[in-house]
Amino acid sequence: MSDTAMERLTSRMPKFLKRADPAVLTAFACILLLLFLGSLYSSSFLSPAYLLQQLKVASFLGVIATGMMLVILLGHIDLSVPWAVAMGAMMACAAAAYGPVGVALAVPFGVLCGMAIGLVNGIGVAYLRIPAMIVTLATNAVAQGLMVVYTGGYSPQDSAPDSMRYLATGFTIPGVPNAVVIWALIGAATVFVLTRTSFGRAVYGIGNRERAAYLSGVDTRRVVMIAFSVAGGLSAFGGVLLAGYASKASQSMGDEYLLPAIAAVVLGGTSILGGRGSYLGTVAGVILITLLQSILSVMQMPEAGRQIIYGLVIVVMLLLYGRTPANR
Amino acid sequence: MNEAAPLLRMEGISKRYGGVRALERADLAVAPGRIHAILGENGAGKSTLIKVMAGVVAPDEGRMTLDGREVSFASPAAANEAGIVCVFQELSLIPDLSVADNIVISDPPRRFGMIDRTAQRRIAMEALARAGAADIHPQALVKDLPLSRMQMVEIAKALARKPRILILDEATSALTAADVSKVFEVLKRLRSEGMALLYISHRMNEIEELADECTVFRNGSNVATYAAGSKSDSEVVEMMIGREYSHAFPAKPERKPTDETPVLEGRNLSWTDRLYDISLSVRAGEVVGLGGLDGQGQRELLLAFFGVLRGLTGEVLVNGKPVSIASPAEARQGTIGMALIPEDRKTEGLMLPMTVRENLSFAALDHLSNGGVIDRAREQSLIDDMVKLLAIKTAGLDIPVGALSGGNQQKVVIAKWLMRQPRIILLNDPTRGIDVGTKQEMYQLLRKLADAGAAILFYSTDYDELIGCCDRVLVLYDGTIKRELVGAEITERALIASALNIQGEEAAMTEGAGA
Amino acid sequence: MKEWRFWVAEQRGTLLALGIFIVMFIIYTANHPAGLTANVVQTASNKGVLLAFVAMAQTLVVLTAGIDLSVGMIFILTNCLASWLVVGTGIETAFGVAAVLASGALCGAINGAIVIFGRLQPIVTTIATGAVYFGVALLLRPFPGGSVNEDLADALTGRLFGVVPASLVTLLAVVLVIWVPFSRSVLGRAAYASGSSEVAAYMSGMPIRRAKFVAYTLAGTLAAIGGLFLTFFTYTGEAAYASGNAYTLFSIAAVVLGGVSLYGGRGSAIGAIFGALAFRTIGDLLFVFDFDPLWQPLFQGVVLMFAVSLGAFGLFRVRNKLEWFQ
Repeated sequence: MSDTAMERLTSRMPKFLKRADPAVLTAFACILLLLFLGSLYSSSFLSPAYLLQQLKVASFLGVIATGMMLVILLGHIDLSVPWAVAMGAMMACAAAAYGPVGVALAVPFGVLCGMAIGLVNGIGVAYLRIPAMIVTLATNAVAQGLMVVYTGGYSPQDSAPDSMRYLATGFTIPGVPNAVVIWALIGAATVFVLTRTSFGRAVYGIGNRERAAYLSGVDTRRVVMIAFSVAGGLSAFGGVLLAGYASKASQSMGDEYLLPAIAAVVLGGTSILGGRGSYLGTVAGVILITLLQSILSVMQMPEAGRQIIYGLVIVVMLLLYGRTPANR
Repeated sequence: MNEAAPLLRMEGISKRYGGVRALERADLAVAPGRIHAILGENGAGKSTLIKVMAGVVAPDEGRMTLDGREVSFASPAAANEAGIVCVFQELSLIPDLSVADNIVISDPPRRFGMIDRTAQRRIAMEALARAGAADIHPQALVKDLPLSRMQMVEIAKALARKPRILILDEATSALTAADVSKVFEVLKRLRSEGMALLYISHRMNEIEELADECTVFRNGSNVATYAAGSKSDSEVVEMMIGREYSHAFPAKPERKPTDETPVLEGRNLSWTDRLYDISLSVRAGEVVGLGGLDGQGQRELLLAFFGVLRGLTGEVLVNGKPVSIASPAEARQGTIGMALIPEDRKTEGLMLPMTVRENLSFAALDHLSNGGVIDRAREQSLIDDMVKLLAIKTAGLDIPVGALSGGNQQKVVIAKWLMRQPRIILLNDPTRGIDVGTKQEMYQLLRKLADAGAAILFYSTDYDELIGCCDRVLVLYDGTIKRELVGAEITERALIASALNIQGEEAAMTEGAGA
Repeated sequence: MKEWRFWVAEQRGTLLALGIFIVMFIIYTANHPAGLTANVVQTASNKGVLLAFVAMAQTLVVLTAGIDLSVGMIFILTNCLASWLVVGTGIETAFGVAAVLASGALCGAINGAIVIFGRLQPIVTTIATGAVYFGVALLLRPFPGGSVNEDLADALTGRLFGVVPASLVTLLAVVLVIWVPFSRSVLGRAAYASGSSEVAAYMSGMPIRRAKFVAYTLAGTLAAIGGLFLTFFTYTGEAAYASGNAYTLFSIAAVVLGGVSLYGGRGSAIGAIFGALAFRTIGDLLFVFDFDPLWQPLFQGVVLMFAVSLGAFGLFRVRNKLEWFQ
């Protein structure tokens, strides 16, 4: 579509829609389409209980995808998600085995472990200038190695303390699962940081043109390092919630979150090249992926089909929104 | 005066980039067995002419004939095919490949579909020997060679293509004196073998030694062609000047010599092989220009002050106190208060997809936020002030800055730094590619900022601007300050003469510091 | 006299990898309870060759300044495919092998096409296609199983003349048939050039796109050879997610140890092979020193981390900080 046609189209929309990215609108449209298709399949698809359940499942992915989005906005990527998730979960459960103090510190300790992984990523990317993909793959391997040594190769024995279960499955506000509340809080904080703080502006600036951000006097390396460690912390927190949901941590619990996290961010219109994207889009992407997962499992689609669909969805979305400009 | 019929003739070549004319009905004839030098100041059209000849850009109008037949080249490869080979100023070598690999790169010898390394090596050694660089081993990796050797490989690579016309664009700029004399021997030999050579250089002594004839370019056209040695240096300078003046500049205030402490001072600054022992000072209220041909170290000097270069030696003083600035973040903060308007607004000054608002406040966010949270009311009011002060034309503050015109983009770059109220302003060729009206506004603004007490260091490739805007101009040549021109001394003649490092009569009279 | 010095400079990474491998292998065999026997060498080479093939695949892509995070999954997919196709009579087996190699090449070609013609970043593209390839593998083998022509399998994993491991001979043959012609062809040189300086390569009129496409396609083929060998060792096909990921990761480690620059343009598949063998031997060192095998993943992770950090030392030579942000 030409620019002018696009302009004419958008000028007729209400102001709220005008500001939205076409990718975000597409994502929301896809959500509605999925709900519609689902309701044809089974009437329970539109029931509040089902939707709330989906939202709860989505919030785990939502927390993890928040960190991924932060890193992708910078124009990098975090492939250490799988074992940051698992490490957060395992370490939180492990801490809980050390009496009441351990239980009290379980969640912060898990998150802290994730932040440590993220910090290593951040130092590698920002100060050593190693490509993000390589550092994060390496830290993922190290984290996995640490956890294998810790658990002795068996699935971890510690179970999640009540506090973690409450965080993931309890209700503070009647009718709204705590996990959803937590995602909403983290989401609100992220929106605030990205739009209202100088850190957020720096993130977008670096993602667009790190050279220009540096010449504007921003300490770009510090911003990158902080963003990576926050992302690591969020992955670990996602792991903590998942462990609370399942009552325990398990060895490869993080594997199934890397791809959906990237897919959710990309589906929500965040540019894989960095610098462009809104949190609203990521929310849409997360919900979309969760609904897709749910529908595929209701349709009894085997794991194989799901993998193929994720892969295709990412490639197609990128071909639509994420192409690097032709340089000649 | 051409004994032989011209090999290549260009007639009425014009080329526009956007609204800017780079070439305007330019003519040139190149004869075999001659070395033809091309002269001209920045933006006179030299490099565009070469690009047309080498198939890098297509001309808008005009014709080229080779051996009397009309030709046009779709790509550099097509020009090579026709026997026109260019040694560009920017190195086109592939660093991780060997010298031999690079020399044969466009058409390696093959046997059974694979590259024949024995033959390749033979070709490379021949080419290196022809270029007078037989000491370079063909198996050495290019990235392990010093810059001067790389340039010799570049020349050998061109010779391996067996050109009929060889173009050398500032090809000697990185060479050592010993290499230059070797290259000269080679070029003279090639001339005697009947090759046509086109030689572009800013070094007058080289041209004097080598060239058979010279063509002077001005404003995109050839203004004169003469037999080398038939004109004196000052006559050459005379031909190069005479650009029409189209700008009005604000009046410069009277300046008396003062001994007040300079706001910015550099002492004996040196950096790698780009800057040698540079000392300068800028006082409050002063606009100091950096002149000289493009690429003589002006950019590096500005980056050096701004904390971007590592391994800078010498001393930087702000308000008389020695400072060490390790990053732009340190350069911009309160006690130093420095701003740099960078060279390329698209990659260094702005984030094009971000909004005008975000770009305007990007460098001043630390002033506009409390505990990291942006005070949006204060941001708004400061931005409003800036938009008014610089008369930035934009459909709104929340559209991508990339949607603005070039001139307005440049205003945003400047405004984003003025939001910090800097006391030292470094400008790196800020008016390149922007419209006349905006340029005019920018000159007014510079003077206004200086009058308000800012110290301004202003690099421009446009001599007009240096003459019109600056209280003093420092002319750089090969990384050193060759001359300082003050007040009425700043004339086009003096600027060009000192940019070419010529001691004209006028120059000789006022010869002082530097040189 | 000076001749060898330039050769050494050019092959520095490869020679270093060879050195590391020899030292590690000597330590390994010296401490191995059985010492240097044909059996020990055979087992070690069979394990090492698998990674060597995948590392060669990764090298081809990394040379063009790209990355292929789907090599491990192509490896797994072709393993599953081979467990269906490489069976039966000699002719059937031959067709099966050809089909497996062709599908590997297809996977690589898809990656290449998306990256080059779709102008997407190699990282995300190959993560996504890797998921697709794994999905297909899972469709082929929801549960481990299948079989393979055992005569062929035993011949290629056994020993020639009772001493030389057949897998090493095959590796050598693949190097001679794929790597040597590629690296000495115009396309191969263009692949190096585009990784080293894409602008200069373009200015020199080299066939950059074709070279990259061929590099990705050959990478798929090499990963498929690896997949075939996996089937020959295990006699089955298994869509093992963790194993696919591990091979992708180890291929990067092998490439880095083998002196191939992750920024492209420098290194060779021979180096990557020694890198792979060295990485395997380092991992196995723990066994001969009676460490708990549980430490192996951590040890391998730390080796990888160390290897990738070495590349950062080039930073200290950067004099203009703007070069950080290229």
